[in-house]
Amino acid sequence: MFFWSLVLIAVGIFSSFIYGRSRIKLNSKKQGTKSKSLPNYYAQYVLMWCLFPALIVYFSWAIFQEQIIQNIVISNFEFIEGAVYNEGLLLAEIRNVANNPSFADGKSIEIINAASHYSSLRQISQISFYTSIIIIMLLGALYASQKLKPEFHAQHTIEKYIQYILIFCSSVAIFTTIGIVFSLIFESLRFFAEVSIFEFLFSTEWYPFIPIREGQTAAEGSFGAVPIFAGTFLVMVVAMCVAVPLGLLTAIYLAEYASQRVRKIVKPLLEILAGIPTIVYGFFAFVSVAPFVKAFGQSIGIDASPTSALAAGMVMGVMIIPFISSLSDDVINSVPQSLREASLGIGANKAETIKKVILPAALPGIVGAFLLAISRAIGETMIVVVAAGTAPNLTGNPFENVTTVTVQIVVALIGDQEFDNPRTLSAFALGLVLFVITLFLNIIALQIVKRYRERYE
Amino acid sequence: MNNSIAKEKIISLRKKRSLEDMRFKYYGFTAMCLSLAVLVFLLYTIFSKGYTAFQKTIVLLEVDYNQEVLKLTPDSSDEDMEKGKFFRVKKQAIENFFPDLSKSDIKLVKKLFSTNVDKEIKDYFLDNPEVINTKQQIWVTAHSDVDQLLKGNSRRDVPEDRRKLNDIQLSYVDQLVEENRVKQVFNNFFFTKADSRHPEIAGVAGSFMGSLFTLFTVFILSFPIAIGASVYLEEFAPKNRITELIEVNISNLAAVPSIVFGLLGLGVLLNVFGLPRSTPLVGGSVLALMTLPTIIIACRASLKAVPPSIKEGALAVGATKTQAVFHHVVPLALPGTLTGTIIGLAQALGETAPLIMIGMIAFIPNIPTGLTEPSAALPVQIYLWVESAERGFQEKSAAAIMVILIFLFMMNAIAVFLRNRFERKW
Amino acid sequence: MSNSKILANGVDVYYGSKQALFGISMDIKEKEVTALIGPSGCGKSTFLRCINRMNDLIEICKVSGSIKVDNEEIISEKTDVVSLRSKIGMVFQKPNPFPKSIFDNVAYGPTIHGLVDSKNELEEIVHSSLKKAGLFDEVKDRLNEPGTSLSGGQQQRLCIARAIAVNPEIILMDEPCSALDPIATAIIEELIDELRLNYTIIIVTHSMQQAARVSQKTCFFHLGELIETGETNKIFTNPDNTKTQDYITGRFG
Repeated sequence: MFFWSLVLIAVGIFSSFIYGRSRIKLNSKKQGTKSKSLPNYYAQYVLMWCLFPALIVYFSWAIFQEQIIQNIVISNFEFIEGAVYNEGLLLAEIRNVANNPSFADGKSIEIINAASHYSSLRQISQISFYTSIIIIMLLGALYASQKLKPEFHAQHTIEKYIQYILIFCSSVAIFTTIGIVFSLIFESLRFFAEVSIFEFLFSTEWYPFIPIREGQTAAEGSFGAVPIFAGTFLVMVVAMCVAVPLGLLTAIYLAEYASQRVRKIVKPLLEILAGIPTIVYGFFAFVSVAPFVKAFGQSIGIDASPTSALAAGMVMGVMIIPFISSLSDDVINSVPQSLREASLGIGANKAETIKKVILPAALPGIVGAFLLAISRAIGETMIVVVAAGTAPNLTGNPFENVTTVTVQIVVALIGDQEFDNPRTLSAFALGLVLFVITLFLNIIALQIVKRYRERYE
Repeated sequence: MNNSIAKEKIISLRKKRSLEDMRFKYYGFTAMCLSLAVLVFLLYTIFSKGYTAFQKTIVLLEVDYNQEVLKLTPDSSDEDMEKGKFFRVKKQAIENFFPDLSKSDIKLVKKLFSTNVDKEIKDYFLDNPEVINTKQQIWVTAHSDVDQLLKGNSRRDVPEDRRKLNDIQLSYVDQLVEENRVKQVFNNFFFTKADSRHPEIAGVAGSFMGSLFTLFTVFILSFPIAIGASVYLEEFAPKNRITELIEVNISNLAAVPSIVFGLLGLGVLLNVFGLPRSTPLVGGSVLALMTLPTIIIACRASLKAVPPSIKEGALAVGATKTQAVFHHVVPLALPGTLTGTIIGLAQALGETAPLIMIGMIAFIPNIPTGLTEPSAALPVQIYLWVESAERGFQEKSAAAIMVILIFLFMMNAIAVFLRNRFERKW
Repeated sequence: MSNSKILANGVDVYYGSKQALFGISMDIKEKEVTALIGPSGCGKSTFLRCINRMNDLIEICKVSGSIKVDNEEIISEKTDVVSLRSKIGMVFQKPNPFPKSIFDNVAYGPTIHGLVDSKNELEEIVHSSLKKAGLFDEVKDRLNEPGTSLSGGQQQRLCIARAIAVNPEIILMDEPCSALDPIATAIIEELIDELRLNYTIIIVTHSMQQAARVSQKTCFFHLGELIETGETNKIFTNPDNTKTQDYITGRFG
């Protein structure tokens, strides 16, 4: 369906273009006047009227077909009294049987009936899909062809359409933001309908286990996210302890001391560090750093767990080094040369100039860079998923297992996702917190950096 | 008198100060070297853990393709051949692998072989049907535990109950080594097979194709939209609040954690629109939204770099603004845009968290062939293997990392090439 | 006396809150070369760019007053800027050929305006435009090479050919020789003299010698005002205004 419908649309595009072109030439010959725009614009006009309605039909079909068919199949399903059905599993079974008749052996008659119902619906849907695409393309072309008169200024219209398309492209960013906010808030509200917001924000017990069967009350979940926030904070602090000195000193060295040649070699190398996928850092933390931390802990008499805040934080720090160093490098370089010369001119050496003049001048920019780095660290997922563990420990000991917001989001959504229990929904509440905090950090950081830039421009 | 004391003070202070200066410089130097050392150590770790995955261990097995056991005749049709009782041939071969094996020993011997051996015995026969009623020496894949032992990745000096292979099995392996009935060859499975529960036959082909399909989707969606958005913002947009809102949105989206985009994909694309789970289509759409800001920023920069005199030249001969932009500015900005897009794609290739959210973490044992088929992706495959308890998967994950790093390296090389080749300086 | 081609009346131009031109009124005759001279920043280029509405590109620029081309008001919302610009060609200070082949550079205008129906016609227009710009003999063997590969003077003549190709009636030249060496300048000046037979030309120049050599009428701008306008001979020998006198004798500017 995917391929052939694309072929169909392509044929439509091609023929409408040819049609539009020859039609306008004919019309202007008949009237004996030159058309207001070039023939190609009339052709494009017909093409657009042919293509866009067809695309709308195509996408709405692609999006809604399966849902509608499934709803019809389920609503016509002959449920047996008393039996308990899981809708998702049932649908999967029906689909399997429909796609692959050999699976039908041993399935109940209801399922086999539903499967044949499903296949016939699919067939109907396919046929009507193709016919409606063809009809809509013909209608579009028919409408457009009425306008193919020499006095119609097709170029104006086309350029107006192009503007609309461009505006649509630009507003994708807005739609994305709306989508994020909408999905996070909507699902979070469902979560907070079951769990009080005060429990979520201030309670220290995180046991997201929920009754598996109805009537099972033994494991009532509790959703106090404080240990998660604490764990996130701990990992972030460790990461910043590694990244800030290394990143900042590297930036200072590169900006103020290093020769052109060293800069030319080291900067791309740091970019490699920045381009390595985070899962690779996760692997590194898990395979090399975590065992090392454990061994180190034992050697100084601390019982370290195999996954720890320290291991995850250290590796995350390494990941952030290039981020901090390149941002700080920019900031330091934008400190005006005159300040440097003034300081060196009264006999201060380089270190003094950097410490007393350049860093104070660049401080706002550097703080902005740190804030952006913190927001990065908080939102980072794969390193902590692999190396920090999943136990919600409320602890300040970096040798212990901790968990973070991102880890809990992943944990809540791995496996089956039933959107009717708070465990799954908690992912969205945590996601909302994460989104708000990182957004907040970013806005502040960008403001600081912007104001800093303005000062020296 | 006072003067000379002051001078001396200054001189001694100056020494101290210049020492301080040196020290500060070396702090910076050390920091830089430390950062680079970590990079080297990281790459070294990956290589040293992963290079063994490119080899597999195979064992010489004598198989008797007896027609009675197979329940075939030399004149059987191809279809019948497919249905031959190869598992019985394999059972027999294992029973005779070493002379005089007891029943419990046979069980232990069986565990030295991969589950794929049945298929290998069958394939060998289907390729050479003339071997019926003969005994053949075939190299077959060894079990991951044997593989890991011979590669030195698992140790034999730990107590028996913490080992995968017990003492008897170890002695078998030693005997095989002595008799030259075992060797290591290039691991073609790693590049031709999809994920598997058995490390010795798990490969990256499935996840690699999944990543390709995902990147394809990202490209198809993000490239035109990014160009459209940047052209509008750079050339047409009026300076008003809506434009400002769009700009703020783009810069904020660039900093939203990737996992939040995963939640968007789950909450909107899967739950509201009902797109198929675990597919490159959904994964690619989410990653496209995520990389869009990166590409737009690169795109706008290269549009900005086209000198306005070109546009003026077109306008002066009577081109409309749309014509001037699309005939002259956009084609000139295209190489820069493409470079930015490739860098955005490289970023998308390494993303893991959003793909986990939309279910590309499912176990997919076959190679996907389309955008709407469930599939894995390279980074998620790495995650699955890292998390796996089985020892044999660790080298696989490191090797898969090598694959993804080479992939990334090539993308960046293309981007640099494009930049050097086509980007003109004005 | 020939007809007036362009009639400007009380043209004011503002860049934001800053006024750049003060009530310029001017009458430009058909098939003559009119030179706009004056010290830099006096508004002569600004005025030139009003005539083909290039100032529309600058968002903060506001133009009021009236400019009539062939008795048609062009400072108006209703003006079709595109057809105006195809009627009024422009040559810029720095040669700005498109980074395309020489042929495509000249062919671009005729193609987008649909002036030609066949490839042969297009070729004809390109060749004749290049000939009119005096460039054809130099480039006839390499029409497919990029326009940017030509020398500065050739590039500028290519831009002139590009402007001519859409068959304009007026050609605006904004210091067309300022980026060129003396020899290339001489060739362009000669070309301007030839083009005068078919086109109305307005040229902005900071070189008084050039104005004296190529133009029939000269307008002197100073600080956004049109100080004096008249026959070139008269302006350079016996100006009415003392400011003009000071400028052409080199006392300021």
